[in-house]
Amino acid sequence: MSFKIYEINEELLDVMPQEIRDLQFKATWGNPKRGVMDLPYSKELIEEHSLCAGCPESMALRYILASLPNPEDTIIVNSTGCTSLVFPHIALHTVHSLFGNQNAVASGIKRVLEWRFPDKVKDVVVLAGDGATVDIGLDCTLQSFFRQEKITTICFDNEVYANTGGQESGLTVKGHVFKMAPKGKQWDKVPFWQIAIDSGCHYVARLTVSSPKRVETVIKKAIYVAREVGPTYVHLYTPCILEIGLNSDDGLDEMRQRDKERFAFFEYMTPQAEEVINRKKEEGLL
Amino acid sequence: MQTATDTVIYNRAGQRVVSPDYLLFEAPRTKHFMTGSEAVKEAVKRASVDASVSYPITPQSEAAHLIGELWVEGYVGVYFRGESEFGVMSEIAGCALAGARTITTTSGPGTLRAFENFPMWAGTRIPVQLVLMARGVNSPLSIQPDNLEVGFLLDTGCMIWYAENAQDLFDMILAGFVVAEQPDVHVPVITVVDGFFVSHTREAIMLPPDDIALPPYNPYRAPMPVIDAEVPPGRFLRDPFVMKSNYISYATHASWQWEVRSAIERSRPYAKHYLRGLIEEFGDPTAELVFVACGTAAAQAKEAVRLLEEEEGIKARVVKLKTIRPFPIEELRQAVKGARYIFVPEFNVVGWLEREVRRYLYGVSDAEVIGGPRVAGGMTMPAEVIVKEVLKLTGKEVKHVL
Repeated sequence: MSFKIYEINEELLDVMPQEIRDLQFKATWGNPKRGVMDLPYSKELIEEHSLCAGCPESMALRYILASLPNPEDTIIVNSTGCTSLVFPHIALHTVHSLFGNQNAVASGIKRVLEWRFPDKVKDVVVLAGDGATVDIGLDCTLQSFFRQEKITTICFDNEVYANTGGQESGLTVKGHVFKMAPKGKQWDKVPFWQIAIDSGCHYVARLTVSSPKRVETVIKKAIYVAREVGPTYVHLYTPCILEIGLNSDDGLDEMRQRDKERFAFFEYMTPQAEEVINRKKEEGLL
Repeated sequence: MQTATDTVIYNRAGQRVVSPDYLLFEAPRTKHFMTGSEAVKEAVKRASVDASVSYPITPQSEAAHLIGELWVEGYVGVYFRGESEFGVMSEIAGCALAGARTITTTSGPGTLRAFENFPMWAGTRIPVQLVLMARGVNSPLSIQPDNLEVGFLLDTGCMIWYAENAQDLFDMILAGFVVAEQPDVHVPVITVVDGFFVSHTREAIMLPPDDIALPPYNPYRAPMPVIDAEVPPGRFLRDPFVMKSNYISYATHASWQWEVRSAIERSRPYAKHYLRGLIEEFGDPTAELVFVACGTAAAQAKEAVRLLEEEEGIKARVVKLKTIRPFPIEELRQAVKGARYIFVPEFNVVGWLEREVRRYLYGVSDAEVIGGPRVAGGMTMPAEVIVKEVLKLTGKEVKHVL
């Protein structure tokens, strides 16, 4: 529809909480050029996140929500994990269904919205952790890529099951000691960005969230390509500072270090995706 | 031809929209000969279905791929094959959340693979219809009829209806959408038939014309916001109760579970109307020997009533349960008044229906409840098996050679 669904009945305006009124008057709607630079000046679409102090995942969520080109027509699909603590704080339509079925739910939503609203742009974006995306939800994630679903999948990779207290995941680095890997992980980190390419994603990026502007560009590219071409995948390093023994102000430094090694910025696009990205650049939207 | 609507409205498939009452009770019907799976297709064709997702596990595959043919013909809006029953039930949930009228099918091991989704469907209050063609649950490997899985589904928060034959199934699928989509109900409905006995067997069935259909689903009558960004989202800013470890969070979850069960209770008057009663009675109403059954077991019990009367001079009757959730408590209690013996024939080894019957007759009926006969794993239940069970009780000699 439009940001009109966020407009408050005038009769109730004076009794509504400040943050709800702010959503109507100070959030950025109807402007595809919105981005992380608006953060200090506008109402964010995420309210008082419930993650740990200094959690890089909270940074990622704020940057992503600030970068959505079409928030008034964007559906967010979550999964279980730390991200599921945040979905009730997001002002948009969000769905939490089960642990690991996020790409299946998103597929159904996207297809029906395309059919119900053929003349409208409705973006469907999946936000889930590494356990949800690559372990328990691997089947649903990959199959949605195979089927060329026009959805954007964003994985918050903290290399551990953080919400359950720090167990090894498929994206844990080999040798790292976590719960359930008391001798250290016995096998390599799954290179899921590569698997996403092989599975048919048209735009894939791997990065940390140390640079807000870079996150914005990547998210916008991923959403524009998903809209027109097919599945896109963004792999974000959002370290769990708690589980790797860092302080709440260490997250940024941790990411900057990984920027130089296993999370060095990596981007892949198919020719169709490149065409979309170049066009959006010409339109001044990237 | 008369319709219940004054102005003529067409659905997306170009069929004339008629009222559910007209489609179910008034439209002229013609006789056809088809399998239960084909009856599913015929029902979907007249149901203005928006979306269906399929997976090819037998014996549901025929129904699921026939819906695919309807998609090609333009009767169904969205259709694709999912990766597994878990994926399919999640995909269909996505379709329903986005405002679609949805239907899918499964059976046996597929039901169990999908299981985590069923309470989620109910909890998100989506009126998905699942046609369940009951069959054995592994292991050992089985693809044969057996309804053990229905016992597992009883408390998922979904309505559960049980069709006896293809005709029942056709009518129940249409009624299922209408009842499940009532704003004060709005929970999933699982329409069950016995796999193979109904799904793969051809029988005569009366169908209304295929150029009329149910009114399309209006998602904006749903009690929960449709996930389509056309309505304000459900918003829990500041201190959301979801996933918090505090009492109000627990109380919210608990009350929501009660609400889902209450929604099933609220379906009773609608189901009573569109199914023409939650039970069906067959045989001499004064008979003291009663079979309480659903599905194929009810059909075989009816045959046993005839055999008992003709060959043994014993009067018996059948109370067929059309709904299991909601359970027809009052209807059953009324129907078994005067009964001395209640047999519950079933297609599973555990006797889940016997448990239900005992639970609701406890302290109400003096009749002796006998959980049997039971067959499972693909065995059929010839009427003679039921007769033999009765004769054992009466001490009569068993004449039939089985």
